[in-house]
Amino acid sequence: MSPSPLLRIFGLSKNFGGVQAINDLSMELVEGELLGLIGPNGSGKTTAVNLITGFVKPTEGEITFRDRDITGWAPYKIVRLGIARTFQMVKPFYQLPAYKNMIIPLYSPRVKQMTGGKYGDRDAKALDLLEEVGFERDAFVAYKAASALPQGYLKRLELAKAIALNPDLMILDELFSGLSLAEVASIVPIIEKLRQEGKTIIMIEHRLKELFRIADRIVVLNFGEKIAEGTSDEVMESDAVKKAYLGAEA
Amino acid sequence: MLANTLVYGFVNSVILVLVALGFNLTFGISGVANFAYGAVYILGALLCWTFFNSVGLPYVLAIMLAVIITAIAGALMYRFVLLRIRGMVLSEVIATFGIGLALLELFKYLGFIGFEYSLPVFIDTSIDIGQVVIDMQRIFIVIIGIVMAGFLWFFTHHTRTGLRFRGIAQDERTALSLGINTDRVAMLSVSFGAAYAAIAAIVILPLGTINVEQGYSVLINALAVCIVGGLGSTGGVVLASFLIGYGQTFTVTYLESHWVMLVPLIAILAILVVKPSGLYGEQKELEERI
Amino acid sequence: MKRRRERIDRGIKARSGDLFALCSWREMLYLSTPRLLPIIGLLVLSFALSVYWQRVLLSVSVFALLAISWDILAQTGMISLGQALFFGTGAYLAGIMNHYWGWPPVVTIPLATFFGGLLCTGFLVPVLRLRGIYFSMVTLIIPLMLVRIIEATRIFGGTEGISGLAPLPSRWMELYLVIAALLATLFGFRRLMSSDFGLVLKGINDNDRSVMNAGINIYWFKTQSLFIASSVGAFAGAFMTHIYLFVGMPVFALDYSILPIAAAVVGGIGTFAGSVLGAFILVPLSEILRGLGGLRIVFYGVFLVLFTVAIPEGIFHYIQRKYHQVERWVEVEK
Ligand SMILES: Nc1ncnc2c1ncn2[C@@H]1O[C@H](COP(=O)(O)OP(=O)(O)O)[C@@H](O)[C@H]1O
Ligand SMILES: [Mg+2]
Repeated sequence: MSPSPLLRIFGLSKNFGGVQAINDLSMELVEGELLGLIGPNGSGKTTAVNLITGFVKPTEGEITFRDRDITGWAPYKIVRLGIARTFQMVKPFYQLPAYKNMIIPLYSPRVKQMTGGKYGDRDAKALDLLEEVGFERDAFVAYKAASALPQGYLKRLELAKAIALNPDLMILDELFSGLSLAEVASIVPIIEKLRQEGKTIIMIEHRLKELFRIADRIVVLNFGEKIAEGTSDEVMESDAVKKAYLGAEA
Repeated sequence: MLANTLVYGFVNSVILVLVALGFNLTFGISGVANFAYGAVYILGALLCWTFFNSVGLPYVLAIMLAVIITAIAGALMYRFVLLRIRGMVLSEVIATFGIGLALLELFKYLGFIGFEYSLPVFIDTSIDIGQVVIDMQRIFIVIIGIVMAGFLWFFTHHTRTGLRFRGIAQDERTALSLGINTDRVAMLSVSFGAAYAAIAAIVILPLGTINVEQGYSVLINALAVCIVGGLGSTGGVVLASFLIGYGQTFTVTYLESHWVMLVPLIAILAILVVKPSGLYGEQKELEERI
Repeated sequence: MKRRRERIDRGIKARSGDLFALCSWREMLYLSTPRLLPIIGLLVLSFALSVYWQRVLLSVSVFALLAISWDILAQTGMISLGQALFFGTGAYLAGIMNHYWGWPPVVTIPLATFFGGLLCTGFLVPVLRLRGIYFSMVTLIIPLMLVRIIEATRIFGGTEGISGLAPLPSRWMELYLVIAALLATLFGFRRLMSSDFGLVLKGINDNDRSVMNAGINIYWFKTQSLFIASSVGAFAGAFMTHIYLFVGMPVFALDYSILPIAAAVVGGIGTFAGSVLGAFILVPLSEILRGLGGLRIVFYGVFLVLFTVAIPEGIFHYIQRKYHQVERWVEVEK
């Protein structure tokens, strides 16, 4: 018997006043897996994430996490169960230093739960977490105001905020977009390390090369529907995917 | 008795529709909650009164001038105040509230209170509907209320400017990228809202006198209707107006006239408990910005 | 040749940034002056003023409390247009407890503070889930409606109000109670907002999605902020009831809504000290302009518009900047 999936999505649909952003999407995710979610712009990837994390309520369908039905739950409750996400559009608190940006996730009841009722010294914890994602401690980058940081660091900050919550499932929405090759190369090891720690991860990416190297399985969305699923090779061979990416005539 | 209540309740409801339309229009399109709305309403009425009584223009001309000038005043308010603070809700709220307060208290200070400040009715007769006697002015109110609501619908569905209105109402950034001058449209929406307020004032106020305190009541009523109906929804405004309007009329007739004010309050509290976003509202804070 | 203004932190600001400030009197003075100023200022004023101006100081403090309460709401993203709701609720509760049940001010003021806060929070909680503008709308109209309802239904003395309420033991007691409350709120709130809890509140105002995404229930935090703010407002009301020895419809008047906003806006939003400063400017000003009657409110309105459009940061930020930074013009090569 195969282990029961960590996350199960069944028949999920979302309709934004006429726009069918997600249409009858079903998929499963087992513990420890890294799933790549790809698809052209506007294919509904972010909406799928919003549905899983409760920021948007589905029109139809069901989402279960560890066999618990979480459909329609408030986002903060879902986070407390152990699903954390990053946002595609990073919006840190620009006036605050980077490490102060970490205070809010560290204030989370989830953190309190995990540490047995204690929050501990949040500032120190924040600096540790930031170092983990590549804020060089010697250069005092963590003390700089978020407004003074380049995009690469803001994305890392976003990642650190998700890591702070110590989630079981992490959903990274276009973490690499807008970053240089070097920056991407420096973040990939962080993600590999997270996997070794046993985290289950969903990555949404346009950078297929980097994604395919680390993903176990790929799901392709187009116009809100799942058009292919499998290993990266299987997916790239699929006609439907070629058509979606290269246009109708391909 | 019942027929009377039904007819007068209808008129009362249309009055509420008239009062709330302009506020709702401005908000629905540009997202500006114009807390100076009550002051604009009184401004329209006072302008009309001045043109008619002090300047001595014919009534029709006075009305048209008053409406136009009020609309211009709305546009100026947008151009010189709101434009600079666009998008900052805190500043928008405080500035419009400040303008409204300053205007109303200024009118009060200048002494626009008293019996002589009243607008004439359009035609001074009354007619019978069944056993109910009703004066012509109330008939006008109903007709104009329906025309204005109808015009609003026609305008936003079938004219270029109107379609632009709806464009920015749905998504300002996208509208901007489609070459719509969103600032101009937002200005027009404030100006339109002001014109609607002036028309409402000129039609409704002949029933009584122009009392500056009414600026506050009008704002209260407009807000109450919008809260109950759901901000930005014309259908909601109409439905909420009829609920509150009939509620008030029945209260006056069958209970105590003192309790009229309780009706909108109870309506608000009830709606906040049952469906906070209003009857037709979908103003959930979070989801709309994802 | 172009010029631009350059702002540099004063040396002393940098020097007094950490523990070493304790090594030098100058640095310690630099740090403590802004904090001691309101304390000493209020104490000196309380002695130096005539009885009439002591009364004015009382109402300055009350309006400062209302402005601070407005400010904390604004920092959590709730724009109240009806501080009168908090003030009036507290005032009526204290009046009712004193008049109908004969409880003394020692009991009524704390109880009215607590239950006033609870009542107002209960009223407004459903609105918190909606867009910010609903909060402004509801807070604006509820006090205006309550006035009409008291007038119409003649409850709690109707238009006459309730008079003959118990006074506080002495004039000094009155003054020091409200001064103590003001200082406690001022420093307490500044402390609160610079704590991690305050950071969460500000975060909600800035980007609620991100706060929500940290597993934090933003509505619960907003509710707490609302309760804190409305309790402060209710305290101001309850206190004033025992000063005027009367409670009636005027406690829901627009003055109590508009003046606090004006004070916060003129003084500077987001610092609490700005709110106090604003109250210290506007309330005496309005005492001096008493002869103008209704025109005073016109001025507040104009102030509100002018400051929000032209000087949105307010006076306090300006002073703060001058205190901490030197400015000079530097030439910029074209
Ligand atoms: N809050 C929303 N309201 C209306 N339409 C939306 C909303 N969010 C997404 N959409 C629409 O849903 C579709 C999918 O968007 P999205 O999930 O962001 O795509 P992706 O992340 O794959 O680029 C798009 O057509 C988008 O316009
Ligand atoms: Mg996306």
